[in-house]
Amino acid sequence: MESLLTFPKGGVHPPEAKELTADLPVEEMVVSAELEIILGQHIGAPCTPTVLLKDHVAEGAMIGEVVKGLGVPLHAPAAGTIKSFGMSAHPMRVSAPSITIKTDPDAFPRQYEKSDWQPLSAEELLKKVHGAGIVGVGGAGFPTHVKLNPPPNNPVDTLILNGAECEPYITADYRQMLEAGAEIVEGAKIILKILGIKKCLIGIENNKPEAIKRMTAAAAAAATTEYQISVQTLQVKYPQGSEKQLIQTLTGRKVPAFALPSAVGVVVHNVSTTKAIYDAIVLGKPLYEKIVTISGKGIKRPANLRVKVGTRISDIVDYLGGVTPELSKIIMGGPMMGFAVSSLDIPVTKTTSSILFLSEEEIDTSPHSQCIRCGWCLEACPMGLEPKEIAIHVEAGRPEGTGQFGVFECFECGCCAYVCPAKRPLVQFIRLAKMKAKH
Amino acid sequence: MLRGLWKVSVSPHVRSNESVEKIMWTVVACLVPPLVLSVFIFGIQTLIITVVSVISCVAVEAISQKCLGRKITVRDGSAVITGMLIAFVIPPGVNYLLPVLGAVMAIYIGKHLLGGIGYNIFNPALLARAFMVATFPVAMTSAWLPPLQDMAIFSYLGTPLDAITTATPLALIKEQGMAAFTAQYGAAPNFYTDFFLGWRPGCIGETSGLLIVLGGLYLLYRGYITWHIPVSVIGSVALLSWAFGGETLFSGDPILAVLSGGILLGAFFMANDYVTCPTNKKGQLIYGIGIGVLTVLIRLKGGYPEGICYAILLMNPVSSVFDNWFKPQRFAPPLPLQGGEK
Repeated sequence: MESLLTFPKGGVHPPEAKELTADLPVEEMVVSAELEIILGQHIGAPCTPTVLLKDHVAEGAMIGEVVKGLGVPLHAPAAGTIKSFGMSAHPMRVSAPSITIKTDPDAFPRQYEKSDWQPLSAEELLKKVHGAGIVGVGGAGFPTHVKLNPPPNNPVDTLILNGAECEPYITADYRQMLEAGAEIVEGAKIILKILGIKKCLIGIENNKPEAIKRMTAAAAAAATTEYQISVQTLQVKYPQGSEKQLIQTLTGRKVPAFALPSAVGVVVHNVSTTKAIYDAIVLGKPLYEKIVTISGKGIKRPANLRVKVGTRISDIVDYLGGVTPELSKIIMGGPMMGFAVSSLDIPVTKTTSSILFLSEEEIDTSPHSQCIRCGWCLEACPMGLEPKEIAIHVEAGRPEGTGQFGVFECFECGCCAYVCPAKRPLVQFIRLAKMKAKH
Repeated sequence: MLRGLWKVSVSPHVRSNESVEKIMWTVVACLVPPLVLSVFIFGIQTLIITVVSVISCVAVEAISQKCLGRKITVRDGSAVITGMLIAFVIPPGVNYLLPVLGAVMAIYIGKHLLGGIGYNIFNPALLARAFMVATFPVAMTSAWLPPLQDMAIFSYLGTPLDAITTATPLALIKEQGMAAFTAQYGAAPNFYTDFFLGWRPGCIGETSGLLIVLGGLYLLYRGYITWHIPVSVIGSVALLSWAFGGETLFSGDPILAVLSGGILLGAFFMANDYVTCPTNKKGQLIYGIGIGVLTVLIRLKGGYPEGICYAILLMNPVSSVFDNWFKPQRFAPPLPLQGGEK
C-alpha cells in the first residue's frame, strides 16, 4: 500500500461524522428578512460603516471599510435598507458592533458576468482581491491580500491549497471542490500570477476520494507549461489542515514559531478562499456569502447551505425545520476548534464554515479529574509542547511559568484534550496561561 | 423557548472514548489470569489475601478521601489495582491481616497524603511491600509455599500456614548456591518452562511469567502502555545478569534472571505505572535501564535476594528529573529576534 503523506508528530483521529452531509449538494438558503453584519470579520481592524441609516443598498455594494490598519472592506450581502447600527451577539467576543440590513424581499439576486483576467497585472489583481473583501474563510480570517503580498525578503516558490478539511462533520470545502473544481483551479492560477510563481500543490485528505478525483481532473485540464498544479493525497489525521502541519507534510519545511509561512517560501490558501478569489477576479463578485455545513444529530435537516453573511443562526434553524429534542450543544466551527454558542442570535461571518447541533451522545461533558501523567497529551501534541505541565502549573496558580513549555506556540487544536483520559480541559488551561502570562 | 437549554464549554467538543476508569479496569482485568493461576498453584488462601487486600485498599481510599475532604473516586479502579498488586508481591503464606496494614501504608500514606492520584511519588503497592518487609521481615521473607503438583487447591485450608514453607529460587541461589538450586529444580531447560508457567514458589502474583506477559501484551495492544519500560527493564536485567551473574564474566543465566523473582510483574505492571514513571519516551528508556541496573546490583551485591521492588522505588522519584532532562521535540523554535534585545 502506498504510504500517504502526513506530518510526523502528534495528531489524533476523531470519528469523521462527515457522512451526515457529504452527499448533500450545496443548497441556496432564502435571504433572511434581516441580516446582521459584524464590522470586524477578520484579524485586524474592524470596518467603519460607509452608509447611513435608512440608506438603500444594492447586493454587493460596499457598506464598510477599514480606514486605518489591516483590513478589507465589507459589502451588503443582499439588497435592502440599513435598519440600524448596534451590537451583535458574537461567539468569541460576546458582542461586537454590527450593521443590520432589512432586506428587500422583492429584490432579484444580482447577476455577475465572467470577464477575462489574463490581461490584468499582478498589482491590479491584488487590488481587486482587497476590494472584494476577501479573508481566509477557513477559520482564522487573515486578510487574503496580505498573504498574497509576502515581504520581499522572503521569496516564495510554492502555493499550497488547503483542501484537507480535517475537522469532523464539516463538508463545506468538500462540496466546494466537487461543485467548483474548475473555478478553484482557475483561482489557483490567479494566485500564482499574483505571486509570480509556478508551483501549486493541492492537499486533500484521503477520506475525500471523489474530491481528489475531481480536483485532479480539473488540475489536469488546466495544465499548461506556465503553471504546475498537482493534487497531493494526504493521510486522514487531525490537524492535517493546520497551516504549519500542512506545509510540513507537503514540503518538509517547518515554519518557525511566530513566523509566517512565507518565511519558508510558502503561501497557503484554503480551497474555498481560492474560490472566493476566482469569484472576485473573474465575476467581480465580492465575498458576502459562505457555504456553511449545518450538521449534527441536534438539527432536523442537516445541509450544506450557501448563506448570506449576517444570517442569524435562528433563521438557519427555522429554514431547516428546527432542532431535535436531542440537541445538547451548538458549535460554530468544527468540534475540535469551534466555539460553543449561547445564543441563536449570533450571525454567520466570513469565517463560519459550519454550525453544529450536537446531541448528548456526540459530545462528552464528563467531569475532569487530576492528571495521572499518562503522557498521552505529549504524544498527541503536533507542536511538541507539554500540555500536562502547562495545565498543572495553571492549576497550581503559576501560569507565568508556562512560557518554558511553549504555551504561545499552541494553536489550540485540541488534540491533547481529545486524548486525555482524565478528561482535563487542557485547551482551557492553556488559554488561561496565555491570558495570564501576557500580563 | 430554546434559550439556555444547551451546554457551553471550551473546545474540543468531542473526546476520545478512553478514560481513567477504562484504563484502570483493563489493568485489573489483565491481573486476573495470574491471580486465578496462583489460586490453583498455592491454594485458596491467595484469593482470600487478594480479596482482603483489594477491599482494604478501596476502604482506605474512601476513608482517606472522606477525611481529607476530597471527592470519593474509588470507582476509578486505581485502588483496586493497588490492592491486587499488594497481594501480588507478598508471599502466599502470610497472615491475612498483613495486607490490611499494607493497604493503609499504600493508599493513605503513599497516595493520599501526597496529594492523591497523579501526585504520589512512589508506586503505592511497592511502598507497601517495602513497609511490610521492614515491619514483618519473617513473614515477608519466609512464608513461601511450594507449588501444588496435584492441584489440590483446598488442601491447605485449615492447616497451619507456616508449617510448609520453602525458599524461593532466588533465595536458594543466594543462600545455598547454584548447586542447591539445580538439586531442587533440575538443570537448565527444565526449570525454564516450570518457571515460565508458574510452577515455583514465590509471591502470589509473580509466579507465571506467561500470564503476566500476556496481560502486558494486551495492554500494549490497547495502547495503554508502550514497549519502552518493559523492554528496557527486562533487557538490562537479562544483559547484566548474563554479564555479571555467573562465576566468570558472561556466564550468568539471563533467562533464569528474568523468569525468577518479580522482574516480569515489575516490568509490565509496576515500573510503567503512569504516575510514577517518566512521561517522555527517551526518559522511560533510561528509567527502565536504571531499574534494571539497580535490580541486578541489589540481587548480586545486596543482602536480599530480590531487587526489583527497591530498584523501582529508588527510580520513582527520579522520574520528574528525567522529564526535565528529556523534553518533547518542539515543532520549530522561534527564530532569533532580529534587531537585538527588546
